[in-house]
Order: sequence, then structure tokens, then C-alpha cells
Amino acid sequence: MLEIKNLHANINGKEILKGLDLTVRAGEIHAIMGPNGAGKSTLASVLTGNQAFEVTHGDVTFNGKNLLELSPEDRSREGIFLSFQYPVEIPGVSMVNFMRTAVNEHRKYKNLEPLSATDFLRIMREKKELVEMDNKLTNRSVNEGFSGGEKKRNEIFQMAMLDPRLSILDETDSGLDIDALRIVANGVNKLKTSENASIVITHYQRLLDYIVPDFVHVLYNGRIVKSGGKELALELEERGYDWIKKEVDGE
Amino acid sequence: MSEDILNQVTQGDYKYGFTTDIETDIIPTGLSEDVIRLISSKKNEPEWMLEFRLKAYRHWTTMKMPTWAHLDIPEIDYQSIAYYAAPRKNAPKSIDEIDPELLKTFEKLGIPLHERMALSGMAVDAVMDSVSVKTTFKESLSEMGIIFCSFSEAVEHHPDLVQKYMSSVVPYTDNFFASLNCAVFSDGSFVYIPKGVRCPMELSTYFRINAMNTGQFERTLIIADEDSYVSYLEGCTAPMRDENQLHAAIVEIVALKNAEVKYSTVQNWYPGDKNGVGGIYNFVTKRGICKGESSKISWTQVETGSAITWKYPSCILLGDNSSAEFYSVAVTNHHQQADTGTKMLHIGKNTSSHILSKGISAGKSQNSYRGLVKVNPQAENARNYSQCDSLLLGDKCGAHTFPYMEVSNDTAVIEHEATTSKINEDQIFYCNQRGISTEDAVGLIVNGYAKEVLNQLPMEFAVEAQKLLQITLEGSVG
Repeated sequence: MLEIKNLHANINGKEILKGLDLTVRAGEIHAIMGPNGAGKSTLASVLTGNQAFEVTHGDVTFNGKNLLELSPEDRSREGIFLSFQYPVEIPGVSMVNFMRTAVNEHRKYKNLEPLSATDFLRIMREKKELVEMDNKLTNRSVNEGFSGGEKKRNEIFQMAMLDPRLSILDETDSGLDIDALRIVANGVNKLKTSENASIVITHYQRLLDYIVPDFVHVLYNGRIVKSGGKELALELEERGYDWIKKEVDGE
Repeated sequence: MSEDILNQVTQGDYKYGFTTDIETDIIPTGLSEDVIRLISSKKNEPEWMLEFRLKAYRHWTTMKMPTWAHLDIPEIDYQSIAYYAAPRKNAPKSIDEIDPELLKTFEKLGIPLHERMALSGMAVDAVMDSVSVKTTFKESLSEMGIIFCSFSEAVEHHPDLVQKYMSSVVPYTDNFFASLNCAVFSDGSFVYIPKGVRCPMELSTYFRINAMNTGQFERTLIIADEDSYVSYLEGCTAPMRDENQLHAAIVEIVALKNAEVKYSTVQNWYPGDKNGVGGIYNFVTKRGICKGESSKISWTQVETGSAITWKYPSCILLGDNSSAEFYSVAVTNHHQQADTGTKMLHIGKNTSSHILSKGISAGKSQNSYRGLVKVNPQAENARNYSQCDSLLLGDKCGAHTFPYMEVSNDTAVIEHEATTSKINEDQIFYCNQRGISTEDAVGLIVNGYAKEVLNQLPMEFAVEAQKLLQITLEGSVG
């Protein structure tokens, strides 16, 4: 589904991704871990088309299309969803209005009719339960006044509404207490199918206890330097990143 | 929906940019006592009206245009403007008698008189250039004793009311443009709601400046007698022109005891092109007086057009326990300029005023809020709450706030809040990542920003206003 080849990207002239390779197939969950500054969030930004980053080299294919040629909104409509690490607030714009616009844009892209108000509200009610969101939150403006945990749950709620093929979870566990973590992970797991895939970016093994990855990759110095199964995450938890840095730097 | 708007905007330019080839009587340009006598005689006005005009004109010649506004106004040659233009076929008695060209114009503007009447229950007083052509629903309203007609008709059929209230709120000496208006005013709307009557429909008026170099000097007078209620809508469109066109109107509202008047405006005059050439000058004096106890006046405006907007819909809170509200969204883009706000004068006891102003600037425009909250020494327990917010789109536009507070009574409670913000790129990207285009994202965010004000508009206007906001801001972000 997603194929990244030799991706180089920089921001403000500084190169962050230095030849990243990654392949993700339908039905797979890939975890990406690595020390701070390695480029994990940059990868998420580049995949979703954030203009602050410049791609200088490499190819990214998604569903057979050249992803780098698509606008951010088209990438979304093709089926890529990013759960932001720091979701912004948009005062004055209601969650309902926002979600309905997004959902109908996706439908239009696929040549579907927009949802009627009743159908939309019904689907909203269903998906809210996935992340135990109550009416109080959906009646508000986008993320306005939400706590950290509520913002993360709201991200997963939006993911449920948009039903993406590839979801990128950028440090979804940061700032969450145990209960919030459980709810979020539960939501993500319930949305998993054999048709979609996830890239889970995280620092800590903890999340991966709940969202069990098929592959774990270590991103260091702008490249994926080590890949393995879920045991790799446990090893990192025990030993930290030093041994990997030594391995890589020593080459 | 977004596709529609993009198309409208990139191909359509200003959709209302067209003119009608109707025979219009245009008096040659220039202003003098002779021109004023000519205007008055063409309208068959009584002697007292001519005298009033002449008094105003003589006063105007002693005045100079004020320069204190935060506006850059090219010099206006008052002698090169024609002060009167009327379609030749006047006073039709039925819709079949109306100049068919005129009716076509109304249709292009989206107000087919006969259809709109039936479907929306709105009474429409359409002003074509300087003469009112038709007033609809006059009959059914008159059964309730409501008078809704053109100003000219009111002078003829209800001279006592006109004489009693005209210029009682905005005297002819008030300011440069008011004096000019009093001398050469063309026509406008007249509304009288009798005691205890709640007007059952939104009253509305539509304008168009057609002939070249014709100033539009309309005046509107609304009188709400004791215990009455009326909601009045004013919406304008104007054709695309190279010459700047002056629009110096006067609106006066009188609210007697326990009466309530709601006045809403959606203003979409031609704003000039992307380089700031052409466009309407909208220099308006609007003022209401809460004359009676517990009376209430609220002004709601959505200003998206005009090259230069200069207006301060205001209220005089004379009656005890009276209240006034001012809600405004003023949008400027490209090279537009706006200096707008309100004046609330607290005179009676226990009066209150509420001001909510949302300014949105984009392009290279300049948008200023100017407000006055004045509490007289005798005004016990006055309350005021003011909130002025500015939203900047881009880094070449300007937003300015000039709030004045003159409080001479120490029982007053005056609150003022102001914010300045930008739409930040992160918000746009967040929307993009959910599949929403930048154009739509700006629309969502701006409408969210203006929501509190838009919610004050009657439904019919609110939808048009939302669309207008989006169209006005096209191309301003990203």
C-alpha cells in the first residue's frame, strides 16, 4: 500500500530524513521508534504534505499513486489520516460542522453523494462510542478547551469517521494517563481491518502493549536502521537506543 | 459547494457587475440651489421640504469634509456628480405598468418582485437609482396600520409624520455628508409601526446605483410607536464601475416606549478591483434614538463591499431602561478600507448597550474599529459591554482599534475587551489533513469567527452573509 524509497527531506535547509525506506502492506501495523530528533514526526509531516518540509529526493507511492504530487487534502481523500501529536484548536468551528465538511469532501472525491444530516448524525453517534466521547465534547468547537486526553480521543474519533486506509499515529500516547491510553488504543484496535494499515510513532513500549505491532522499526539519524518484530520494542525498552547508535555509527 | 464558489469567484468576478440600458432622466452634473429646486420640483415636493433642502445646502457650503478618519480618500469633485436619476416611466399602479427593463434588472439581482412576494412573505421596497418604483405588500400591511412606502410617498401622504420625525435623530447640521444628504436626498424607505403592532414580516429594501457618476443619497426613516416591533433588512448590490461612486445615506430610527427595532444590513457594494481601482464610497450616517422607556434598538451589519466604508450606526439611549446593541462583521480585502464602529450615548437611567465588532482584514486592506461609549452625568446605572476582535489574514493588511470612553457618572459599569488574531497555518493544515481545501478551511474558520454576529441576522440574510464572507476572502490565504 505504501512504499517509501530513499526519502530525503529537510526543513529550513536542515536535512532531517536522509534516505528513508519503508514498505507497509494492507493489514499491517508498523511501529516506528527512535531517539528524539531522529525524524519520526518529520516522516509524518512529509507523508501528509506539510509545506514546511521540502522533499529533495526519493519516491513515495501510495495505492499506486505518486503521493508527493498530491495536495495535503487529496492525500487525505486518498485515505491517509494523521493523528496529530499536538492537535490545534479551531475556535468557532463546531466539531459537527467540521466533521461533516470533511466526511462530505471525502465522499465527493469518491463520487459519492454527501450524507444527509440524519445519516451523518447517526454515524457520529456510533463512532463516538468507540472512544467513549460524550455529547459535551462533540458540541464544542474543534479541540477548544479539550484536555490533552480529550484531544487524543478526538483524533481517534475523527479517524473512525473518516475510515482511512493508512493511519499515522504520531505519539498518540504522549500525555495520556493509563485510562485514556486504554480507551485510545481500544479505539484504534477496533478500527483495524485487513484492508487498512497503521504507522504508530512512539517513544514508549507501553502503547505497544495495547496496539500490538507486526513490525517495529528504529529511526535514527533520518533513516530506518533496524527492523524487527514486536520483541525489538521490548529490547529497546530494556537497553535504550545506545547500542543501536553504536552499531550504526560504528559502520 | 466549494467548487461553485471557486468558479463564481475566478470566472465570475463581481457577479452583479452589469448595467441596465434604461432611459433615465439624469440632471446634468453639479450642485447648486438651482439643482436642488429642480430635484424638489421633479419630486413634486411641498414648500417645507424645499426649504429644508435649501437650508441644508446652505449649511453644507460652509462645511469641509472631515479628515480624522483612518482612511485615505481621493479628492471628490462634488460638481462632477449628477444628483438625480429616475427611470422615465414613473408611478406604475400595477406590476404590469413597471418598466419591463427595470423588472429585468430586479430579476438579475435575484429579486423577481412577484415571486419573492409570494414565497418569502417579505415586503420589498425596491429603489432604482433615485426613485422608488414599487412597494409591495403595502395593502396587507396597511390593514394593520403599518406604513411601509417610499420616502417620497411618505412626504406626499404622511407629511405630518415626516415633518415630526425627519432629521430629529440626525440634524442637517450633524456632519458634512449628512448635510449633503439633507440637501439632495433622492428617496428611500419610510416605515411607521403603530402602537402595539408587531410587524409580522421582515421589511426589506434593495438598491442599485446605475447611471455613471450618480451619487446615491437615500434616506430611510423608521418610526416604531409604543409597544411595537419591526425587523428591517437592508441589502445592497451595485454594478461594476470605473468611476468611484459616492453613497452618502442617512438612516434614522425612532423607538418609542417599549418599542423594538431590529435593523440588519448586508452590504456588498462593488469594492474596487484587485488593484484598488473603482469601487463605491459608503459614507453613511445611521442613528437611532431609544426615545421611550424600555425601548430597544439593535443594529446588525455585515460589511463586505465598498472601496471605502465610513459609518457608525449609533444609538441615543434617552428613555430610562432602554437598551441598544451593535453587532458587526466588517471584512476588507485587496485595497479596501473601512473605518466603522458605533456610538452609544447613555442619557436616561438604567440604560445598557452591547457592542460586538468583528473585523477581518486581508490583502493590503485597512480595517479600523472606532467606537464611543459616552455616559452623561445624569445617566444613573449605565451598563456597557464592548468586544472588538480583529482577525488578520496575511501580513500586509492592517487592523486598528480606536475605542473612546467618556464616562461622567460614577455608577456606570463599562467593560471593554479586545483581541487580535491571525489564522495560523497549523489550523489550515489540520483542515487540509482532514480533506478540507484551504479555501474551505478559511471559510469555516472565518464563519466560525463571525458566528456570534451572523447569528443575529434573520435567516434569509445569514445564509447570504456566510457565502459573502467566503467569496470576499478568496485568495487571501495560501
